[in-house]
Amino acid sequence: MSEAVRVAIIGSGPAGLSAAARAAQLGLSHVLLEKTDHLSDTIFKYQKGKHVMATPARLDLRSDCRFDEGSREAILGIWDEDAAANKVTVAYRAEVVEVTGEKGAFHIRTASGDTIVAEHIVLAIGTQGNPNRLRCPGNDLPHIIYQVDDPEDFRDRHITVVGSGDAGIENALGVAEEALENRVTILNRSKDFARAKAKNVSDLMEAGENGAIDIRTETQPKIVEPGWLTLETPTGDERIECDVIVARLGSVAPRAFVESMGIEFTGPDREAFPKLSPTFETTVPGIYVIGALAGYPLIKHCMNQGYDVVEFINGNNALTPADEKNLATIFANLPQQKTVGEWLDHLRVRVRIFADVSPLQMREFMLDSKLAYYPAGEVVFEKDEPGSSLFAIADGHALVEVAPGVTVPIEQGSIFGEVGLISGRKRGATIRAGEDSIFVEVSRTAALKLMGAVPGAKRVIERISLERQLLQIFKGGLRVEDLAPVIDGAEVIRVSAGKPVVVEGDAGDDVYVVRSGSMVVEKHIGGRPIFLRYLPAGSYFGEMAVLSGEKRNATVKAAVGSEVIKLTGAGFKAMLAARSQVRAATEAAVAERAAMNGFIESRKTSYTSAVDLYSDTASFIMKEGLGEATDALLIDENLCVGCDNCEKACADSHEGLSRLDREAGRTFAHLHVPTSCRHCEHPHCMADCPPNVIHRGPDGEVYMEDGCIGCGNCMRNCPYGVIRMESTPPPKPGLLSWLLLGRGPGPGEPSPQWTKANMPEGKKPKKIAVKCDMCKGIAGGPACVRACPTGAAIRVSPEEFLSVARLEEDAD
Amino acid sequence: MATLFRRRAQRTHVERVRHRRHEGFLRYANFRWAKISGMLCLLIVASYALVDVTPRPNGGSWYGYTLGTIGAALILWLTALGYRKRRMTSDYWSLKAWTSAHVYLGLSLIVIGTWHTGFQLGWNVHTLTWALMMLVILSGLYGVIVYATLPAVLSNNREQMTQMQMLEAIRAFDRQLHAAAQPLTAEDTAPVLAALDEDPFAGGIRARLTGRYPRCATAAALRALAGSHAADAEARGKVVGLLRQKEAALARLRRHLRLRALLEIWVYVHVPLSFALIVALSAHIVSVFFYW
Repeated sequence: MSEAVRVAIIGSGPAGLSAAARAAQLGLSHVLLEKTDHLSDTIFKYQKGKHVMATPARLDLRSDCRFDEGSREAILGIWDEDAAANKVTVAYRAEVVEVTGEKGAFHIRTASGDTIVAEHIVLAIGTQGNPNRLRCPGNDLPHIIYQVDDPEDFRDRHITVVGSGDAGIENALGVAEEALENRVTILNRSKDFARAKAKNVSDLMEAGENGAIDIRTETQPKIVEPGWLTLETPTGDERIECDVIVARLGSVAPRAFVESMGIEFTGPDREAFPKLSPTFETTVPGIYVIGALAGYPLIKHCMNQGYDVVEFINGNNALTPADEKNLATIFANLPQQKTVGEWLDHLRVRVRIFADVSPLQMREFMLDSKLAYYPAGEVVFEKDEPGSSLFAIADGHALVEVAPGVTVPIEQGSIFGEVGLISGRKRGATIRAGEDSIFVEVSRTAALKLMGAVPGAKRVIERISLERQLLQIFKGGLRVEDLAPVIDGAEVIRVSAGKPVVVEGDAGDDVYVVRSGSMVVEKHIGGRPIFLRYLPAGSYFGEMAVLSGEKRNATVKAAVGSEVIKLTGAGFKAMLAARSQVRAATEAAVAERAAMNGFIESRKTSYTSAVDLYSDTASFIMKEGLGEATDALLIDENLCVGCDNCEKACADSHEGLSRLDREAGRTFAHLHVPTSCRHCEHPHCMADCPPNVIHRGPDGEVYMEDGCIGCGNCMRNCPYGVIRMESTPPPKPGLLSWLLLGRGPGPGEPSPQWTKANMPEGKKPKKIAVKCDMCKGIAGGPACVRACPTGAAIRVSPEEFLSVARLEEDAD
Repeated sequence: MATLFRRRAQRTHVERVRHRRHEGFLRYANFRWAKISGMLCLLIVASYALVDVTPRPNGGSWYGYTLGTIGAALILWLTALGYRKRRMTSDYWSLKAWTSAHVYLGLSLIVIGTWHTGFQLGWNVHTLTWALMMLVILSGLYGVIVYATLPAVLSNNREQMTQMQMLEAIRAFDRQLHAAAQPLTAEDTAPVLAALDEDPFAGGIRARLTGRYPRCATAAALRALAGSHAADAEARGKVVGLLRQKEAALARLRRHLRLRALLEIWVYVHVPLSFALIVALSAHIVSVFFYW
């Protein structure tokens, strides 16, 4: 192709297709480059019949292509029609391998050797990357597949899975389902499955022991032939029958390719995105990035951006983004009247953390945020209220209540509520508006994204959080100025689970603050470590040695992966010296802790077994990952009669699905931790939710609001296996009609058979994530606990459960 | 994000009742219902002795009617537990508290019902009602005893396994047995095949409750193979080993099923008898008023 096109669009997903359609509508010469032989490969690869959602509902679609929620097939069909109707020029099998040149004359070389010359490039390649391929002879045979759409497609076959990551193990377990009668082998080049999640590994090992999967370690494929596979094993080559090879060898992220064009990213970490201007232009003029690669994983965003970017390239600078009306509603209820653009500029000038934020990023943050007017004296939030959002002061100032009747001001331009970003626990202090003020409330996810994308914002937030955390811990008239000696030498240290921070008997006078995660304190008494205390985030330790000048009198180690802030002993002493009240308060706290240690030690001599049980129970609870729990279901198996009324109550309090499995899970000394959500301090499930529907509610519960797209990320990310992907069963007949007439399946979750038989005609069940929401919105509280007839079930946080009161009662 | 931004003033936050420790239904609220029920019984016994009913204490006296009314109302309320247990309304209630009250107030019926009779028993519908009530209480008492003693045994026996996992373990041994038994002679194979065909749930109610399975095919196969002199000694040794493992897995599952059956069986007596009691009670009340 010799003649230059106005715009070349790389990638034909929703973003690229929408961009190409707009270019075609505007009459721009264009080409849409697609590496496969069909449009939108990511969605093409979805499981057959998968229901695709159209979130966020509040955002209007602005594209020449249509899109509404529906099945994968319907959506792909509509897009094929729209591509044809808009007369989009598509080049299939055009995998781009290199881009050279500059704005006006980019040279795009494809894998087949063609070169396309384009004035502008729109990169819409998504984040899927290319799967790594097998490297042995025969690797081009068609029976090698790189993903399993639906395990049910495989029946009575010899299947070999190559790859030891989660994807490989999950595929192997899927096709090894007994009813499918496949003979499944999994190959692992190394000895163990170190890259996979523990749950997957244990499931795989169990399947191996049951004979459902043949697990071959230190083995790799050597030669692929139709029907056969030669393996290279530690004991020599071996030829096995093999009809299908599933290769799950990871993929090459597209970042290297993007960087090869000279495009800069916001940072070195994996979450970083390309740096973009308000018109999606990268640091290389003439190259634009949209869609998932730009950080927008939702289809609607992608399609709108495709439309917008081509309008921008065409010189339409007056175009307001499709989210303008959403932003306008955010600014609508304020006393001052400004346009959206003016508000955004106002905030960027006045708030410190927004100083380095680009206008495009600012728009996005505001969509996840709220701007509110607070009259003087109004409470923004109260102490001990759950909440994780960050507030920034646009106008006015805030007052923090550090002690009853004592307030400290926070000036305009600063932030508050930042503790929620680091530790998902309750608010540390009550905050009021000091005068008529306007505060920006940024959701935790948006704030974390901001910190990831804008290093300047991250620095400001981290410094302020450290100051505040120390102010809250060491109360008593401490001021920001007093903290300078401590903060300048402070250092954030990451500690992996089980690693000690302070070891009993060592010298050292550093003081540590638990920033996130939690710690356990242990002391060697009578030749074995005895659990003394559980320290949740926001506690401090190591102060005894500073005050006494003696060696460490106990070991402190991380219960879960945690972060601690190390303060030097000298700086800490200087801080105490500055404020006698703080010194007195710290000494009082030390005395209290020492008294408790003394109590446990004295009990150890007279009530050895009670102390041992307390200590062992604590270690069991920590080992079960409850160190990161804020509220967990614990069952006393001395009381549990196995009636499963908790599960039934759970199902009946929600939409017919139980969110807990009573019988599964580990047990120690009759204390059973069932498979049920523990509402982690930092929920793993929240980490990667494309529609961002997982939140922490007012009672500390981690819950999902409507809008789940069924991607299953949360289920895979949860280390405790408490999230199910299920479709809602049809409504059941009432309880009385079951009791008196025997109609319906009765209390609890209906059997799959009943659900299938009673699903209304034509309704296709859609599987979405289901997890415990701690019975949010139900006045009576958690149904599992209320419905336990014997009192076996309770919900507690680890610090409540492991109180010394427990030990006292046990010893008495 | 709706709740994230909810202001304090609009919050409908309900203070939830939280327990930091496990507390069984018998100890609930420091034996609140035991105390209430005990007081009630004492009150009845004392007043019975003090009130001089003429010509003699009788269910038909004013005192007898009072006790009878209390007893009948209590019986109906106690029956409602089955409904309460299954009705997941959203307001605050604790089934543990209901169970606790059910147990202790149910026991108090011994005094209420018996003292209501004025110790006049005979062969009539009235005494039938009293007898049924005592049987219901007796079966309930058994329930309380197994609820207090068996859960720990059940927990120890299952050793963190679920019932599904126990079944899966047995199936896994079956698969291995199937493969290992291939080289056996025909006469050694037959008992192994019988063991493979065995349904772990078979055996009937008697076996379920006693935990004794005299016709267990796995045990029979072990006996048969131990006595076999066929020429397949090595393969037989392997099969015997697997059979022993399967027998142990079966034994665990059977203990599990037995304990669960013991924890449940009494309900099948308690509930039907309760309904029989309500029928008899109705007949008793109707007949009393009919022959006024």
